[in-house]
Amino acid sequence: MSSHLLAMEKVTLDRGGRRLFEGLDLALGAGDAVLVTGPNGVGKSSLLRLAAGLLTPAAGRVDRAPAALVDEHLALDERLPLGRALAFWASLDGGDPARGMADMGLSHLADVPVRMLSTGQRKRAALARLIASDRPLWLLDEPANGLDTDGLNRLAGILAAARRSGRAILVASHQPIGLDDHRTAALA
Amino acid sequence: MITLIVRELRLAWSGGAFLLPLLFFLLVATLFPFAVGPDGPLLARTGGGALWMAALLAALLPIDRLVEPDRAAGVLDQLAVRGLSEEGIAFAKLAGHWLSFGPPLMLAALPGAALMKLPGDVLLRVELGLLVGTPGLAALTLGVAALTAGLRRSGALAGLLMLPLAVPLLIFGAGLVERGDRDGALQLLAAVSLLLVAGAPFVAGSAIRAARD
Repeated sequence: MSSHLLAMEKVTLDRGGRRLFEGLDLALGAGDAVLVTGPNGVGKSSLLRLAAGLLTPAAGRVDRAPAALVDEHLALDERLPLGRALAFWASLDGGDPARGMADMGLSHLADVPVRMLSTGQRKRAALARLIASDRPLWLLDEPANGLDTDGLNRLAGILAAARRSGRAILVASHQPIGLDDHRTAALA
Repeated sequence: MITLIVRELRLAWSGGAFLLPLLFFLLVATLFPFAVGPDGPLLARTGGGALWMAALLAALLPIDRLVEPDRAAGVLDQLAVRGLSEEGIAFAKLAGHWLSFGPPLMLAALPGAALMKLPGDVLLRVELGLLVGTPGLAALTLGVAALTAGLRRSGALAGLLMLPLAVPLLIFGAGLVERGDRDGALQLLAAVSLLLVAGAPFVAGSAIRAARD
């Protein structure tokens, strides 16, 4: 594999008998950030799921480093306190859930069951898992949804810190998320 | 893998989800003497088979909680992103499900057998059959749970899928109870159970992948 953390070559993706995009090339190295833009339904989420390996392309090839995905699904056990729910994933990833919660301002909620969290707090929890996962490739689908100003600032902060430490970020967002110096992949 | 199995056990334990099949099993075992009458010898003769029917019906109950909640919450996606194979996930689910289903069911069979006035040697054969057969039942439950995950109102469909596939377990399980191990019923029960356990992770794994598209 090349030095790229994510490399897509001439990738074509079909969903439900419809061609979403074809011949797409995309390469992310350490510290790169690419913002995926395009109207609703154009295939931004599918592109991220493709990058995560959850979908297979109809043509072309995808090479990726170990990835972490944040999408609309929280994937935390609703009955568990937040700290223990995050600890389950940290035990698979080998990361530190306390750091993720601290970075997203969730430390005081560690004992609160996941089902009690608000929309914004759930998004923060998903980002806390991302931080704790310690993967070189970050895939984010609308990470700013539901976040307040403080949450947005924290998001911008962790993205900048991740790029400084050599991670690559592929993000789809309709809201400004404070990415400096990024490339844009426009789907149409 | 151990982490996943422990998580399955915790999910079964939380909210007492694992109790539901047991209570259902005991309820069916309680209803049976009401239906056929309090005739001791008749109950003792038919009770073993009735317990197997009850076990089969109890195995239907966990179908909707085994795979669908994890699919809807994105847990299966997050596990796949971490490079775990769907077959491995399914195997962990099978192991965790059996641990929360098989041994408790064997315990529940003790009061169940008392309700049927089963003699000791028959009870022993019921327990032996359940030990060998419940992994197969758990595998069927998991396979059908994965196949029907994401479908709405899949309860009746799940029953229609699962019950015919469970017929061999029922035949050999009840045969073992009735006639002892003279005709190789135990070996055949074990063979069917092993086949189901070996096949279910692959069926469930493929179903989980197919549900993504």
